[in-house]
Amino acid sequence: MAGRVESATAGLVWRQLDHWRVRWRRTWRGSAVTTFVLPVLYLLAMGVGLGAYVDEGGPQASLGGVNYLDFIAPGLLATSVMQTAVGASTWPVLGAIKWDKTYFAMIASPLRPRDVLLGNLAFVAARLLMTAAVFWLVLLLFGVVALPWALLAIPAGVLIGMAHATPLFALSARLERETGFMLIYRIGVVPMFLFSGAFFPVSQLPDPLQWLTQLLPLFHGVELVRALTLGRPDLLVDVGHVAYLLLWCVVGLALADRSLARRLGG
Amino acid sequence: MGGDEALVEARGLRKSYGAVEAVRGIDVTVRRGEAFGFLGPNGAGKSSTMRMIAAVSPPSGGTLRVLGMDPTDDGPAIRSRLGVCPQEDTLDNELTVRENLLVYGRFFGLSRPEVARRADELLAFVQLSDRAGARVEQLSGGLKRRLTVARSLINEPEMLMLDEPTTGLDPQARHLLWDRLFRLKQQGTTLLLTTHYMDEAEQLCDRLVVIDEGVIVAEGSPAQLIRDHSSREVCELRFGADDHQGVAERIQHLGERLEVLPDRLLVYAADGEAVAQAVHEGGLTPRSTLVRRSTLEDVFLHLTGRSLAE
Repeated sequence: MAGRVESATAGLVWRQLDHWRVRWRRTWRGSAVTTFVLPVLYLLAMGVGLGAYVDEGGPQASLGGVNYLDFIAPGLLATSVMQTAVGASTWPVLGAIKWDKTYFAMIASPLRPRDVLLGNLAFVAARLLMTAAVFWLVLLLFGVVALPWALLAIPAGVLIGMAHATPLFALSARLERETGFMLIYRIGVVPMFLFSGAFFPVSQLPDPLQWLTQLLPLFHGVELVRALTLGRPDLLVDVGHVAYLLLWCVVGLALADRSLARRLGG
Repeated sequence: MGGDEALVEARGLRKSYGAVEAVRGIDVTVRRGEAFGFLGPNGAGKSSTMRMIAAVSPPSGGTLRVLGMDPTDDGPAIRSRLGVCPQEDTLDNELTVRENLLVYGRFFGLSRPEVARRADELLAFVQLSDRAGARVEQLSGGLKRRLTVARSLINEPEMLMLDEPTTGLDPQARHLLWDRLFRLKQQGTTLLLTTHYMDEAEQLCDRLVVIDEGVIVAEGSPAQLIRDHSSREVCELRFGADDHQGVAERIQHLGERLEVLPDRLLVYAADGEAVAQAVHEGGLTPRSTLVRRSTLEDVFLHLTGRSLAE
């Protein structure tokens, strides 16, 4: 007799622990190295190298009066978790539907599409936590975190990642072909990466573009993390950033739930 | 054994995808302990029916009870007692053979020691113990299918559902799989399978339905279906010329029924040899003549006017 039937969602999500744990064990070493090495390279090249030119006349007012390294470090953390989130919620999702079809095996067991979705997102959150934590340690090594507020940059990183992972999961669950991802990268990820205020203040942009960037979740993520690592949060503004990111998470989750149920249970 | 207990009861079952009607009102009863088959060509509605019974795809109409429960409401409870071996492999290619079983068993709420014990037993059962540590990617199609069968048994299911279990396998791999399925049946596991191979249906099924274009066109045991819908023997004639139709008219009267296929003529009669002889006496010289017993293939041809292999 199979184990007691537990249709409570929490129980069915928990049963996936070993599935995701084993998958994690297969890949974590490689990703841990890139997660550590890439930030170091970015910070050296852009923060230290490029920063030397930017800071030539002393700290710039448009950067909030801080060194370029201090300015760009939180931006890099935010863009980095965004990229981890994109990677984890695009190819692997379509793969589990189209290539390996592992989701179909999972829903042949007591798990329902919703349980699979939540299990997978919990796994994404764990990866984001690792990315954010490792990045944070690198920032610590570079001496660009102001404690204790800066500690909150780690959960903020997870939140930024989930705000991107959930809507992208919904999109991936609807895609027929992987060519759609190229489009997502070109018209979504790359412009967002460049224009969300990670590398230069968006106040440098023309007004209409500034308004557009304010719609991007990554812009709010960058602002939030920057306030935290610089140790000068503004309660009202930063709660606003958190609320906006949460909104993306909630809407994304609802969309992903519908998309996956439709794709798997037709 | 439960005897007459029905594990699956479908009445007027329907499934449509948009405007396409894949299953158009079928009645099916599967009893505990039997091996039941859906025989039909690709696209007949077999897989759609299986997905509804497996409680992963809600019916569009009719009633369906599986293990006495409603698949729409009690999906997890039903699936915890089913084993599903899908047509396409759904194994986790990144994991090893044994890990695939360990991880899957946990979805059923089994403890780690219990899953480990069952995994080793099942690997032995499907003769994969020596490949336990291999990555699934490296396995051949036949070995993957065996692993899929092992995985579908991890929860000791009351009913094992197999969708085209041996499609794409070489003869040796097919026979090994048939042998394992036969053993499961001996142990009392109810088998529900789809196939478009008549030899598979004859080998494994106690009872089957012939399904075509979403409806059931016949039902019974393989022997009974052949008795009811075909003659005892068949005389297969091949003529070199493309004048099959002309020849067909000349020999029509020799059997109970005649089918014209692209490459041969089939004359259905109680005595196939007598037909062959009469053809020769009539002055016709077929390139080849074969007398054989009727199979489910002939039943299907008769009922639908099409061959299963199409």
